[in-house]
Amino acid sequence: MSGHGVDGSTGSTLVDARGLRCPAPVIALARAAREAAPGTVLTVWWTDPAARHDIPAWARMRGHKVLVTEPLAPEEGDGGDDDGRADVTRAYVTRVRTASGDAAG
Amino acid sequence: MHPVAQEAFLAALEQGWADPRRLHAEGRRARLLLDGAREALAEMLGARTEEIHLTAGHTASLHAAVAAVARARRRVGGRVVVSAVERAAVLAAAALAGDEVVTVPVDRTGRLDLRAWQDAVGPDVALAALQHANGEVGTLQPVAAAFEATARAGVPLLVDAGASVGHVDVGPHWDVLAADPSDWGGIAGVGVLAVRSRVRTTPTGPEDEDPWAPGGVSVPAAVAAAASLRAVLADRARSEARRALVDRIREQVAQTVRDVEVVGDPVERLPHVVTFSCLYVDGEALLGELDRQGFAVGSGSACTSSSLEPSHVLAAMGVLTHGNVRIALPSTVTPDDVEALCAVLPQAVADVRRMAGATDL
Repeated sequence: MSGHGVDGSTGSTLVDARGLRCPAPVIALARAAREAAPGTVLTVWWTDPAARHDIPAWARMRGHKVLVTEPLAPEEGDGGDDDGRADVTRAYVTRVRTASGDAAG
Repeated sequence: MHPVAQEAFLAALEQGWADPRRLHAEGRRARLLLDGAREALAEMLGARTEEIHLTAGHTASLHAAVAAVARARRRVGGRVVVSAVERAAVLAAAALAGDEVVTVPVDRTGRLDLRAWQDAVGPDVALAALQHANGEVGTLQPVAAAFEATARAGVPLLVDAGASVGHVDVGPHWDVLAADPSDWGGIAGVGVLAVRSRVRTTPTGPEDEDPWAPGGVSVPAAVAAAASLRAVLADRARSEARRALVDRIREQVAQTVRDVEVVGDPVERLPHVVTFSCLYVDGEALLGELDRQGFAVGSGSACTSSSLEPSHVLAAMGVLTHGNVRIALPSTVTPDDVEALCAVLPQAVADVRRMAGATDL
């Protein structure tokens, strides 16, 4: 259902958490952050309304930095395994830069 | 429910079962009981008896107050100013009554941004609403300073003291005050609304001789509300004893539970409410785990609500909304109860994290 890979358009790590309910999007993002090198930009796609608040709160607790949150452009989200879900709940994309140094994870 | 409330309710049912608006002997007896309850509530809330109105419940109080004040001030303006952490009923009533709702933000502890409030309450505002304390996270609001700003601008201030009355002194800084008997151990089915005589109101509800409670109020519930509030206020020491227990929970949770945010102001707060959020924890699973062990707690997490939306209070504060636990200590709580809860919490949180595969994040 979710997983992470490399987002072709930005070269950053992509976490597709669409359709996941809290706290699963943050857990998926934290797993990606654990694997990532310090200072990596992670991209997460999400639909759960709680993620809007919980991704920034998690980032603050872990020393990561939220760069941007915006609606997920339809063409960007197409082609995944989530067709039909995105029209039920609006999808958003958030980009997070992981903490530099050993606070990451 | 306070035992005094039950006792008063049953006695009033015996004596005051009739419609207090009727003129027969039974009706007059019920009227006497109702007037006595209003007089007692007035004295305890620092109002005059004629300023006390009884309603069908706290939500009804808030809706009626916002609608009636906004309508009376239509020519002044259609804006309603609220804090971002008001009870949902206040936000809904403001959206219904106002042409525009101005939402004033709060800081990380849930306290009103006073400067933004002062800027928002201009002379063209119909009314402003600020809670005395937030019932979800316990933070007390700067009501005196907020009242000074609204009074200067000539704007009536509605203070929702639903989470405070019976627990802390609410003070005189309000134009309209709403209190909730079911929060101090009264019996559901009645709300208390105090409206200063100087405040103009135009009722919007059904035509009735009592516009605040169309169809009349429950006399036994009103009597029980007054009697239980008197009992609770007389036992202030017991109420205040909970403050040390809340401190103990706050300190224990912060020390023994990993990746937790204890939320709300640590000092300027209600004596009986403690709230915290645990990273990577499913609030519903944690509530279930604690319930199995005999602890009844609440949560503002989305997964515990019927909608997908998390608590607007936690969201406005910018704290974690998932894994949220809200504990309201009853006045009968003992230090042993609190120690027992503190003892099981770390493992309960760890178990829920393990089930979610989130142990090493």
